[in-house]
Amino acid sequence: MFSLLRPALSLLAVFVALFGVAYPYAITGIAQAVLPDQANGSLIEKNGQVIGSSLIGQSFAEDKYFWPRPSATMGADPADPAKSVSAPYNATASSGSNLGPTAQALFDRLKGDIAHYKQGSPNNQGSVPTELATASASGLDPHISPKAAVYQAARVAAARGLPENSVRTLIDRQTEGGFLGLVGEPRVNVLVLNLALDAMSPATPSPNDRPR
Amino acid sequence: MTLAGWLQIALAVGVVLATVVPLGAYMTRVFDGRIAFLAPIETALYRIAGVDPAREQRWSAYAFAMLAFNAAGFVFLYGVLRLQDVLPLNPAGMAAVTPDLAFNTAVSFVTNTNWQSYGGETTLSHFSQMVGLTVQNFLSTATGIALAIAFARGFARARSATIGNFWVDVTRSTLYLLLPLAIIMALVLVAMGMPQNFAGPIEATTLEGASQAIAQGPVASQVAIKMLGSNGGGFFNVNAAHPFENPTAWSNLLQLWAILAIGAALTATFGRMVGARAQGRALLAAMVIMLVVGLGVSYWAESAGNPGFVAAGLDSPANWEGKETRFGIANSAIWSVFTTAASNGSVNAMHDSFTPLGGLVPLFNMEIGEVIIGGVGAGLYGILLYAIIAVFVAGLMVGRTPEYLGKKIGGTEVKLTMLAVLVSPLACLFFTALACVWPGALAGLANAGPHGFSELLYAYSSAAGNNGSAFAGLSANVPFFNTTLGLTMLLGRFALIVPMMAVIGRLAMAPKVPESAGTFPTTGALWIGLLIGVIVIVGGLTFFPALALGPIVEHFAMQAGGLF
Repeated sequence: MFSLLRPALSLLAVFVALFGVAYPYAITGIAQAVLPDQANGSLIEKNGQVIGSSLIGQSFAEDKYFWPRPSATMGADPADPAKSVSAPYNATASSGSNLGPTAQALFDRLKGDIAHYKQGSPNNQGSVPTELATASASGLDPHISPKAAVYQAARVAAARGLPENSVRTLIDRQTEGGFLGLVGEPRVNVLVLNLALDAMSPATPSPNDRPR
Repeated sequence: MTLAGWLQIALAVGVVLATVVPLGAYMTRVFDGRIAFLAPIETALYRIAGVDPAREQRWSAYAFAMLAFNAAGFVFLYGVLRLQDVLPLNPAGMAAVTPDLAFNTAVSFVTNTNWQSYGGETTLSHFSQMVGLTVQNFLSTATGIALAIAFARGFARARSATIGNFWVDVTRSTLYLLLPLAIIMALVLVAMGMPQNFAGPIEATTLEGASQAIAQGPVASQVAIKMLGSNGGGFFNVNAAHPFENPTAWSNLLQLWAILAIGAALTATFGRMVGARAQGRALLAAMVIMLVVGLGVSYWAESAGNPGFVAAGLDSPANWEGKETRFGIANSAIWSVFTTAASNGSVNAMHDSFTPLGGLVPLFNMEIGEVIIGGVGAGLYGILLYAIIAVFVAGLMVGRTPEYLGKKIGGTEVKLTMLAVLVSPLACLFFTALACVWPGALAGLANAGPHGFSELLYAYSSAAGNNGSAFAGLSANVPFFNTTLGLTMLLGRFALIVPMMAVIGRLAMAPKVPESAGTFPTTGALWIGLLIGVIVIVGGLTFFPALALGPIVEHFAMQAGGLF
């Protein structure tokens, strides 16, 4: 029996030290030295304050900003921490909706979301882009499709008193394409797009603004 | 469906196939001892462990060593999880993991399943992730590779009482294969945007003035080995759908490669070890054919999507629910097929929200035992078990004693093989049925109707196949599921391995019989077709009734507009 225990325990101890300690610390050391920006979460700062991460979506509800996709993340109920309540874009508890294709609850939620995005695009007679009104896998999707951004362009332009064309041009400039049309989908980073909007027309609250 | 989508599928399969030969050749050299650039470290390890690397083991000693090593790993990981509140590196102040969850998670990582009853960023400290999970990511993978190499030796050798030394195989696969690949991959992933730090959640103030806490940590170092080792347990709750765990389409492609790279290359290693590369290519061909069929069905099903979406006022039926914008339909479908073809189990989209047929493909992949390239090591030994059954079936048809790679396959070998092949379906279906009638178990379902049954079937298929992916709506973190899923994972791993080790031992002892005119060829289209047929029939017959009650009936309900 000892002939089995000694190699099992001693190799486990060495491997714990090697893979559990030395390996992650070495990777962290190199990453922090060479790629500090990425290694620390690709944070975006404005006036010395962290306003988010370029990789993590955040909530936008004001008319002057582009809205992201619905998020199914939950958080502790402020009234009763033992309970969970809807807390969109909670970046400490990623989650999708996990609703199946025949779930009544999915279609009940879609009804509300479709109405929300339609109301945010009053001139648009067409249907809502599917990817805009469906919840992402992580609940933290930082992107929307260019189509979903264009769908909202009129609202954003009106809220900022900008010509719609200049907002559409900005969307075009911010669109990241698939490399050679192959790797990745065309997409727009909502936070980066909204920052660019603020840079173009300082974010003064407009009379049209209807925070939800 | 778009041309770009099909090209992405071709690209993902292409990058996996591109590394089969070089990686397979390298692994062959690792296991016959010709690679020795870390010889001083290796020798020191053997001295500490009291192992004589030149002394080989019989199959039973090899199996006992494997079991002892895994048992020690289980006890250690269980202890780390139970004590994480008093251990260091706990910036978010996580509490100790409950006993049932610690049992489930420890079994999950020791068996290379990496089922997530835990929530990652909501449950585990950095210490548990690194010293607990990352270590087992390496070791459970090394265990799988060692077993596959032992199987190859069983065919390669004649009249040999021994099949290698488990301690040497584990040490060499970690030092020369997993560690170098993981270091390179982790650094590339950081460059692509993956965090690697020891900080707690970062407080941000959003543009609209709300506060957002952003969890991060030593993500890249864990993800690299999680993908290479077909482990799949996520740093975050939503796994590779989390933008920090899979930031870009490029990190997605790299991780897709890593899911299948080592498993696919092991077929080439096998071919070289048994002295007939065509034999390895035949196994790989059967795997790739099944892989491509699954990819086609899945991509079609997710693109055709949900007819109810258009009726509800959306512009396309494509199934975007539970998918990330940067990956889209095609890359989500590819990942779901790759991760269940292998025993990886990571996800970049929520399988629970897939269309019924899009969810059927991953279910089927897991239920046939993950032999489509498969888990690292486990895929190769899984398909070799099917190959033994296939030559047996062929032998029955032509009335000759079956042979495979110059070894006569006798009654005992076939019985032991059937035992190994049947234990996973038995555990899966038994516990699925038990969960259906267990008081209160159905309260954990997130969906009603046939989809609710699919959630249960998926959970136990995933556990029995040591996959780890989930229809994640199921609230599995309760004592009943933690316990029964843990038992299913143990049976699916070790109750399969032990009879298989006996087969390996008997094969190594047997003499080589020369090929004759009556030998059934185990290369070429006829063999590949027979092998696929045996896999599909065994999987299909065992699971078809259960699949009919879940995804198949749900498909027709969805087409008819039925909601539950």
